[in-house]
Amino acid sequence: MPGFTRFTSRVVPLLVDNVDTDQIIPARFLKVTDKLGLGENLFSDWRYNADGSARRDFVLNMPEHRGAQILLAGDNFGCGSSREHAPWALTGFGFRTVISTSFADIFANNALKNSLLPLALSGADHRDVVALLKSDPAAELTVDLSSQTLLVPGGRSMSFPIDGFAKTCLLDGVDELGYLLRFMREIEAFEKFTSRG
Amino acid sequence: MNAPNPKTLFEKVWTSHVVTQEPGSPAVLSIDLHLVHEVTSPQAFAGLRARGIPVRKPGRTFATVDHSIPTGDPAVPLSDPLASRQIGQMEENARWGGIRFFGMNSAQRGIVHVIGPELGLTQPGMTVVCGDSHTSTHGAFGALAFGIGTSEVEHVLATQCLLQRRPGVCEVRIEGTPGPGVTAKDIVLALLARIGVGGGTGHVFEYTGSAVGSLTMEERMTICNMSIEGGARAGMMAPDDTTFEYIAGREFSPRGADWDRAVARWRKLPTDDGAVFDMSLTLDISDLSPMITFGTNPGMGLALGAPVPAPDEVTDPGQRSALRKALEYMNLTPGQPLLGRPVNVVFIGSCTNGRISDLRLAASVLRGRKVAPTVRLLVVPGSQAVKRQAEAEGLDRVFKSAGAEWREAGCSMCIAMNGDQLSPGEYAVSTSNRNFEGRQGKGGRTFLASPLTAAASAVTGKITDVRTL
Repeated sequence: MPGFTRFTSRVVPLLVDNVDTDQIIPARFLKVTDKLGLGENLFSDWRYNADGSARRDFVLNMPEHRGAQILLAGDNFGCGSSREHAPWALTGFGFRTVISTSFADIFANNALKNSLLPLALSGADHRDVVALLKSDPAAELTVDLSSQTLLVPGGRSMSFPIDGFAKTCLLDGVDELGYLLRFMREIEAFEKFTSRG
Repeated sequence: MNAPNPKTLFEKVWTSHVVTQEPGSPAVLSIDLHLVHEVTSPQAFAGLRARGIPVRKPGRTFATVDHSIPTGDPAVPLSDPLASRQIGQMEENARWGGIRFFGMNSAQRGIVHVIGPELGLTQPGMTVVCGDSHTSTHGAFGALAFGIGTSEVEHVLATQCLLQRRPGVCEVRIEGTPGPGVTAKDIVLALLARIGVGGGTGHVFEYTGSAVGSLTMEERMTICNMSIEGGARAGMMAPDDTTFEYIAGREFSPRGADWDRAVARWRKLPTDDGAVFDMSLTLDISDLSPMITFGTNPGMGLALGAPVPAPDEVTDPGQRSALRKALEYMNLTPGQPLLGRPVNVVFIGSCTNGRISDLRLAASVLRGRKVAPTVRLLVVPGSQAVKRQAEAEGLDRVFKSAGAEWREAGCSMCIAMNGDQLSPGEYAVSTSNRNFEGRQGKGGRTFLASPLTAAASAVTGKITDVRTL
């Protein structure tokens, strides 16, 4: 997994609360047996018309948002199912960070394992970012994970929380399974002790 | 008298499964039971193969196919090449990993959260995981059970452990006696209407209170199943005699002296007097009416007779726009009652309400009655064992003579991956767990309700309170 580096990008605003994983990637696209290509189906039911053409009024299809790597969502992003296809679809499309005020637990766990940063702002900071993007849709934000700050135009920086272990794993591109495999001796001893062998 | 160091049920299960924990890092948590299905596991097996790692404890993982399998005539070959490939891959991966697999032709197959308990695999005090958010179901047995992503499926296959942060515990105290026509589904829909879909984030629910002890295991499973809809990864209930009675004598349940030892161990699991929860709330169900959802998440629910809420009366701007968007998708008018609204489809099934007691409830309404000619009613048993039991009791004849489709086991129209789906614009009353936009088919509109409400609505062709039928 590549390390998560500081980056600056424009933002796609999708200001809907409780965006569920069925919207992020509808279940009919889960019949795949690999992780690739899901970006095309990201937000499929909001993004395409019945005939398969792109809906011009949906944010992902607007030319001014092309290439943006930050998705700005409403509260409680990613609720619903455990499908890791959700972060695979978001990263497949090109997103590296989702900004919200909170994330559903399983989604956040899955995102972190795929170099996708779930960035939770306070309600007040979130409102300010929303207002800023309304006045300047082309505004660029800088995500700096090592200092846990989101830098907005005008020099203001907003801090965000992240679990220390998750931060290290993201920054250094640590493979969690590799970390877990280091404990095999402890795991075997535990199983012997608790007769879980 | 309080125990010297009182602990919650969650704490007991958690602590006894922590292998080790480095400072600042998540715990290494040992996993007792791992359930696997065809949709969220192919990439995990591919990952293991790429690393050259075998399945470490094949005896603790059980696999089945439920999400993408057809529920029609079993003699008809699969028409969906992608589903067919996924099912074939599950079988091949199970063989490669040495994992017990309940395949298409297995008498034990069914929805993963129905067969785990049914086979006696799910037991109190266990850690249970599956690449499926409704793994919370198994918490009804006093297990710590939660959904995981595909990367974590790979971690469990490789190590039989997971890296986990300890969540908080929220006590959900359920008090009172439900009135006639009010089921476990109505209780959990009432809870969700109160706390919303994010209310339990970061927490495990422990359901306590006088009402919980008098629920059957299947009712307990319905409530724990939908804990995830409130944002809680797990829901737990203290094991008691009802629990032990349910588990006894099942295929994978302990036997003889092992059984006695297990029960003695399980009796120590309930939360000690004086143990402290991180949060607590109480739900009184004495005056509860049958519940139904009107919107596009499971927290948007109301009493069956109540009018659809008006966005203009909501003060929070986020909630107001969410409500407006939901009503637009559902094509509902604020202030309108849902009662009497025509529906096109009724779906009875899923890991929430696809067990034998749910089918009995539905059959009690449909016996001697006919499904309205404007309605398609699908009855999909949660497992092949549920199907056999229903047929032994003659419930299949009740459904068929009422005009319902009696189908094979599977997730079916709960997730609409297998061809069982709504057409755009159609309305369904569904006993499943999610009413998200398009969940039951692109453009489809879902009202979540109990098997009683679903069956009554199938008879009249419109949303109906079973108590008035």
